[in-house]
Amino acid sequence: MGGLEIRNLSQSFARDDGSRLVVLENISLEVADKEFVCILGSSGCGKTTLLRMIAGLDTAESGAILLDGKEMHGTSDKVGMVFQEYSLFPWRTVIDNIAFGLEMQGMKKEERYRVAEEYLQLVNLAQFRDSYPSQLSGGMRQRVAVARALALDPSVLLMDEPFGALDAQTRNMLQTELLEIWEKTKKTVIFITHSVDEAVFLADRIVVMTPRPGRVCRIFPVDLPRPRDRTGPKFAEVRREVLDLISQKCSIQ
Amino acid sequence: MSTITGKAQRVSEHWPGILAIVLALAVWQIYAIFIIKNPFLLPGPLDVLNAFVSLLQEGRLLIDFRVSLTHFAIGLGAALLAGIPIGIAMGWNSRADEFFNPLIEILRPIPPLAWIPFAIIWFGFTPVSAGFVIFMGAVFPILINTYTGFRGVPRIFVEAGRMLGCTGTWSQIRHIAFPAALPSVISGVRIATGVGWMCLVAAELFGVSNNGLGKDLWFFYDIHQMDSVVVFMLLLGLIGLVIDMIFRYYIEGRFLKWRTGEVA
Repeated sequence: MGGLEIRNLSQSFARDDGSRLVVLENISLEVADKEFVCILGSSGCGKTTLLRMIAGLDTAESGAILLDGKEMHGTSDKVGMVFQEYSLFPWRTVIDNIAFGLEMQGMKKEERYRVAEEYLQLVNLAQFRDSYPSQLSGGMRQRVAVARALALDPSVLLMDEPFGALDAQTRNMLQTELLEIWEKTKKTVIFITHSVDEAVFLADRIVVMTPRPGRVCRIFPVDLPRPRDRTGPKFAEVRREVLDLISQKCSIQ
Repeated sequence: MSTITGKAQRVSEHWPGILAIVLALAVWQIYAIFIIKNPFLLPGPLDVLNAFVSLLQEGRLLIDFRVSLTHFAIGLGAALLAGIPIGIAMGWNSRADEFFNPLIEILRPIPPLAWIPFAIIWFGFTPVSAGFVIFMGAVFPILINTYTGFRGVPRIFVEAGRMLGCTGTWSQIRHIAFPAALPSVISGVRIATGVGWMCLVAAELFGVSNNGLGKDLWFFYDIHQMDSVVVFMLLLGLIGLVIDMIFRYYIEGRFLKWRTGEVA
């Protein structure tokens, strides 16, 4: 199970002059089990802060995060994360990166390699099993990062603009691959992006955020059947609706 | 076929260097025989070779080599045992940093050889005494580089680790910070071996021990056998080179394999 509930989450940081900068204000959001949700917002709207709090890397000032009804504190095996920057351990081979979490759980070497290899195949990188991250392209590194997060079989997968640093072609390819993986593994996915195109292609629902302070502006369901055709008229229509929403209601006032 | 051409290529690459050594030896020999004409002032390469053979036959070189390596091992071993844990503590924990930092900044600039009197008073004429002087030379490069390495561990690796269940301090040091800092630690150890080796000669020169390459270098100076002095000079240089090469090729190749192809 991976039903997630975010209740009245707020976060602020102290400024140098002593005043407080409100980053997130009263965010409430429910994400159903196995749902694919994209959080869409411009840079500085607090979307990464929100994701870090769901991940348990940062603590919210107020509010709560519940996974299947239970309040979460700190990081958990049930929540996996793929970071925006390349986060693979450069001193470990691909297979040892994927097996890292299992190693931390104390799983025996043979067993964890067996599991890791399954996920290696899931991201179609079997021939790079013993390569080091420095030998992989950016897209391959992020695929390994996905496999590494999935290897612990979390119920929720958090993704913080994972394809942001990649070229458009690779990004499109990885989006398709991610959806295939999601169909197979059925995780709850919360995916952060600033690309409307990416959000419309991936999401069941798009959560549009407004910046300064970060608030949920609108939640936009995408009812297009998958696989979605980026060039089709329906896709274009949904994209225009989202763009209109952003420019009319969800931009900085 | 390719190995043969490879070898030929390697020889052709190195021949200017080999030529330079051969030329230097020739000039040295001619200069010693025809111009200086005094093996005390300048023993020629052949005198040195003779001295080397007889020292080897006596068994003296082997003993010296063993004793010097013992001194070196004591000093470097102690420097690793002290430098790495303190460096880790200071790099990972700002309290430990604040605690140790002033003390280290005061001790660090003292030249290692200035410790020789206390080395003798505290440890007498024992291998530990020479080891102590080497330790004083080797510990700071190890400590500082370990510290810098741990300071520079990218936060993203620690956070990625936390998401994968690597949460305790010890676990983070062992599985994330240490491997990430290892290139810096290893380069510190490499610097330390160089400094330590220089301290070794000085430590032995000052009578800290009865044998050793540095000690015997001094001994043969005392009895005016300059050809033997040159033997020890060259040996000290060669062993230093070998130690450094072990680092360059074996240790870095084995532990830092992942860095090949990385820009950083």
